[in-house]
Order: sequence, then structure tokens, then C-alpha cells
Amino acid sequence: MISCQNVALGYGARVVVEDLSFTVDAGDYLCVVGENGAGKSTLVKTLLGLQKPLRGKISLDGITAGDIGYLPQQTQIQKDFPASVEEIVLSGCLARKKFLPFYSAEDKATSARHMELLKIKSLARRCFRELSGGQQQRVLLARALCAAKKILLLDEPIAGLDPEAAADMYKIISELNRRGTTIIMISHDVDEAVKYATHILRLGDKIFFGTSEDFRHA
Amino acid sequence: MLETLELYLQYPFVIHALIVGVLIALCSSLLGVTLVLKRFSLIGDGLAHVAFGALAVATVLNFANKMLLTLPITIICAVLILRGGQRAKIKGDAVIAMISVGSLAFGYLIMNLFAASANLSGDVCSTLFGSTSILTLTEEEVWLSVGLSILMVAAFVLFYHKIFAVTFDEDFARAAGLSVDFYNLLISVVIAVIIVLSMNLVGSLLISAFIIFPALSAMKLFKTFRAVTLCSVALSVVCAFAGIIASILAGTPVGSTIVAVDALAFGVCLLLGGSSS
Ligand SMILES: Nc1ncnc2c1ncn2[C@@H]1O[C@H](COP(=O)(O)OP(=O)(O)OP(=O)(O)O)[C@@H](O)[C@H]1O
Ligand SMILES: [Mg+2]
Repeated sequence: MISCQNVALGYGARVVVEDLSFTVDAGDYLCVVGENGAGKSTLVKTLLGLQKPLRGKISLDGITAGDIGYLPQQTQIQKDFPASVEEIVLSGCLARKKFLPFYSAEDKATSARHMELLKIKSLARRCFRELSGGQQQRVLLARALCAAKKILLLDEPIAGLDPEAAADMYKIISELNRRGTTIIMISHDVDEAVKYATHILRLGDKIFFGTSEDFRHA
Repeated sequence: MLETLELYLQYPFVIHALIVGVLIALCSSLLGVTLVLKRFSLIGDGLAHVAFGALAVATVLNFANKMLLTLPITIICAVLILRGGQRAKIKGDAVIAMISVGSLAFGYLIMNLFAASANLSGDVCSTLFGSTSILTLTEEEVWLSVGLSILMVAAFVLFYHKIFAVTFDEDFARAAGLSVDFYNLLISVVIAVIIVLSMNLVGSLLISAFIIFPALSAMKLFKTFRAVTLCSVALSVVCAFAGIIASILAGTPVGSTIVAVDALAFGVCLLLGGSSS
């Protein structure tokens, strides 16, 4: 589904990751780990096409922009942006509507379902900027779920969630994975990552790519 | 006072001014929310000054229809500003300030050096603060603005959700396959057109007020994007209407009166918003 061959990532003259090769097949659950500044977010942004790889080739087979759900690590959403939770979650459905100007009843049902799943139904009419950090995280996750038809790219989804919500999150993600959604998730929680993921990619000085089975032994 | 108003309302030119003024207010407030949120509040200012510079050049070159030069130049600058502001090493507001002050100085310089007109400061003043040409509109011009406004509102409604997504989170919109660049381009072209068309009404120094005030007022009162957009349109239209009527009655300049009413409305919203939250 996704394959990277000898890719170098970075910004302008600055190389962050060198000589990276890995593949992701449909149905995989890849967890990306590595210390701060290792280039995890950079990798995700490059996969999304938000920036270009410095060298090498990344090929995405059978996925178009409309199939990808994305949870950014930090968004540059301004503090004073007036938007309700409902408006934001619904905007996740936009990916599928190339030319249709309005949301259908089906879109509304999809977004309601995901708000239910993430326990933010009661916040639907609240203003996004007045929510707590963890609540905001769930809203953005619900938006990502609305957009994810085949693949979900999550940049530290559990950052800022309370332990219970984090456990829920892991459950929701692996449930989605069981139903066939490919997952690429960045996490600092290596123990949990190994428990749920099928593959691990570690960025940093020594790049590792393999199944979580191999990672545990290595 | 009512009699004076009644008397004035019998003149078609007053009706024309009302219609066009309200339409301009409507269109400029539609994109106002987006521009304020994208931190491009001052783009109106910058572009209006560009238009001023272009107008000066067109005057000196003796263009019969000055719009032929002002419109393309303003559009090009709008695209440059919105583009440059996002990617480049110079920040958005700095780009705007540079282009804005530069073209203001350039325009005035050119007018000063080459203008044939005897009443130079009068000319400059009316381009900066709005002229009386809103009171001399022909019927065709009124129809043209009605048509353009309908087109504009229709486009806004059709693209509403996409404009929201692009304004709220550009990276997510791009990842979702929306052509963010296209929408940014669309926004800048439309804003340039609105500015050039409405320069006659409020003049290039005051145009920003049209774009910013209703949006800021609405943001004080409401917390969802839709409510803010609708409220800012309503506010803008009401203020423009009230401002034009007031200016006719009091014999004050149209543009400044509307802006004064806008500022007043902002004050009221500030108080209301402050007491409710
Ligand atoms: N816009 C940018 N321009 C230039 N360099 C950048 C930019 N964003 C990130 N970097 C650099 O790229 C490197 C990798 O950043 P990245 O955000 O990918 O790290 P990360 O692995 O996601 O870290 P974290 O665990 O903190 O999220 C860092 O050294 C950072 O300084
Ligand atoms: Mg990161």
C-alpha cells in the first residue's frame, strides 16, 4: 500500500532522516517510535504529501487523498477561532465530497457516530476553543475518523488524554484496524505500541523496521 | 428630519447609492471572517493602497477606464500577498505593510509629479477617503453590482464548507485532498475585486474597516463559524444602510459615516459579549 525506498526527509538543506526504507500493507498497524526530534512528524507529513521527500521515492498504491484520516500533532488553529465541535468533526467528511457543496444525511450520521464513539456527543454544540486540551484532542480524532476510509495517520493521538481515555483510544484504534483500516500511529508509549501494533518503525540513530515480534526480541 | 429623508428617497440616485452600498457591505463582510481568522485583517488596507497606486498611474497615463489597470494590478498583488504570507520567510503582515506603504508613497509621488489636475489634494483626498461618485451611479452600474453580488453570494454558499476547512486547518484540508491553493487563490482574487469595486464608496483608507469591523463584532457575540458569518453579514448590511441614511441626513461623507456606525456597533457587541461570558 505504502512503500518508501531509501528516502531522506528534512527541511530544505536540513536532513532529519536518512536512508529510510519500509513498506506498509493494507490492514497493517504500524507504530512509529523515536525520541523528540527524530523526525516522526516529518515522516507523517511527507507521507501525506504536505512536504516533499529530499531524496528517494514514496509510492502510495490504491489510496487517494479522500481515503486518509489525519490527526496532526499540533495544529496552528488559533485560540480565537469560532467553531463548534460539530462543525469541525463534519469537516472530516469533506475529503469524500469533491464537488458536492453540502453535507448529506449520511455524513451527519457518520460524524454523529464518531462523536458518540469518542464520548464527545454532549459537546457537539460547544465552542472548540473553550474545551480542555484532551477534549480538543478527541474532537480532532473524531474528525480524523470521519475522513479515514482506508488509512488513518495519527500523530501522538494519546498525548493529553487521561489514562482511561487513552485506554479507550487504543481500543478504538485496534477495533478499527480489525475492521480493515490501515493504521500508522506515532507514539512515545513503546510498551503499549508493541502490544497493539503489527509493525514497529523506530527513527533515530539506529533505524529499525520490522514486526513488533522482532522488535521485542531486538 | 423624516421629511428630509422622504424628500431624498424620491431621488433615484439616493436609492442607487443605498442598494450598491448595502451590496458592497454584504460582499466584503462575507470574506471578512475568513480574512480576520487567517490573520489577514489588513489585506484590505494593503490592497486598497495598491489600488490607489495603480489608480494614480492610470490617471497619469490618461486611461479612459481606470479599472482596466487597477483591477489586474490589485489582483496580482492580492495573490502575491496571500501566497507570500503563507510560505515565505517574510511574515504575512510584514508583506502587507511593505506593499501597502510602498504603493501609497509611489502613487502619491506619481500624482504629484505628473498630475495635470489643479486640485491635487482634492483628488488625493477623494481617492483615500471615498468620493461622491457613489451618488452619481448609473442604472447599469447598479445592475452590474447586483449581478456581481449574486454571483459572489452563490459562490460563497457553494464553497462554504470548503472555505471553513481551509480557514480552520490548512494542513488537514490539504491532507484531505482539497486544493487549498485554489481556494486561497479564489479568496484573494475575490477580495481584490471587492476592494477595487468598493473604493468609490469608502475610499482606500477606510476599506479595511468594512472587512474587519463586522467580523470582529460578530466574533464577540457568537462562537460557531456559521453564526459568526451570518451575524457579520447582517451587521455589515444594517450598518451600511444606517450609515448611508445618516450621511444623507447629516450631510457627512458616506464612507466615514458608515465606518463610524460600524465602530459603534463593535462597541455595543463588545459590551454585550463581555456581559454574557
Ligand atoms: N518547519 C520546520 N523547519 C525546519 N526544521 C524543522 C521544521 N519542523 C521540524 N523541524 C526539525 O526537524 C526535526 C524533526 O522534527 P519532527 O517534528 O519530525 O520531530 P518528532 O520526531 O515528531 O518529535 P516529537 O517527538 O517532539 O514530536 C527536528 O530537529 C526539528 O527541529
Ligand atoms: Mg512530532
